[in-house]
Amino acid sequence: MIIVLSVMVAGIILGALLNDKKKLISIIDKFTNWAIYALLFLLGISVGLNKTIINHLDSIGVKALIITIGAVLGSITTALIVYKIFFKKSKIK
Amino acid sequence: MKNSFIILLFFIAGVILGLFHLIPDVMIQNDFSKYALYILMFLVGISVGSDKSSWKALIQYKLKIFLVPLCVIIGSLLGTALISIFLPDLKINEVMAVGAGFGYYSLSSIFITEISGPTLGVIALLSNILREITTLLLSPFFAKYFGKLAPIASGGATSMDTTLPIIVKSSGKEYAIISVFSGIVLTILVPFFVTIILKLF
Repeated sequence: MIIVLSVMVAGIILGALLNDKKKLISIIDKFTNWAIYALLFLLGISVGLNKTIINHLDSIGVKALIITIGAVLGSITTALIVYKIFFKKSKIK
Repeated sequence: MKNSFIILLFFIAGVILGLFHLIPDVMIQNDFSKYALYILMFLVGISVGSDKSSWKALIQYKLKIFLVPLCVIIGSLLGTALISIFLPDLKINEVMAVGAGFGYYSLSSIFITEISGPTLGVIALLSNILREITTLLLSPFFAKYFGKLAPIASGGATSMDTTLPIIVKSSGKEYAIISVFSGIVLTILVPFFVTIILKLF
């Protein structure tokens, strides 16, 4: 994992040095999409090969939904607190 | 949204091929996903680093703007920690790691699969896709009852791109830069948080 993280940091530094070269950025975005497609495709294959996941897809879906509810309710609640204290009064232009 | 749909199609295509063993053995025996992940992280890094609007936002709002991604982190982790009471067969840190995907389903599911295996990886994928869909559907409601930062918080890492249009529509144009900034910060932090939560606890 450390390799992956340092690869990202290297990318950020390189990106900051690139100084908004629009054409290059749009090419990079395209490659990013394809890298994501490839990864999700590979994840799909390992899921398809995995009998335990396929047989428990319904309970996995329910678990995912419960976690989503926790994450969303938690973050909109803290967002409400931060908004009321720090953002509401000082009108943002 | 169109992009998420294509991603889902690729995932489903993979599932079907795996299910019926329609793939060559080379693909099963070799872990290509690791190299694809390196490439992806490098590309994500470049696009984050080259986005100058986040630097502008930082100057305009100063340190206050960091409160937005910070409250998303605290809220997501607290919320998932609490809700793990209802998930007895998952460890609390596993539930929190899924929450630390902040809606960035492609990256978080891959990271979680690498560390904890495909079952939790699929939970992360579905849960974070649901987070994006929830944001797309409920942002107007969140903005009305939970304040204008709520759609940004709900969107998490997606608030910089896929959910940005609905956030701007629900909270107003003046929140666009805050939204992009928060999304970028969270995007960078997803791999760190997921790794730390799964490995250290």
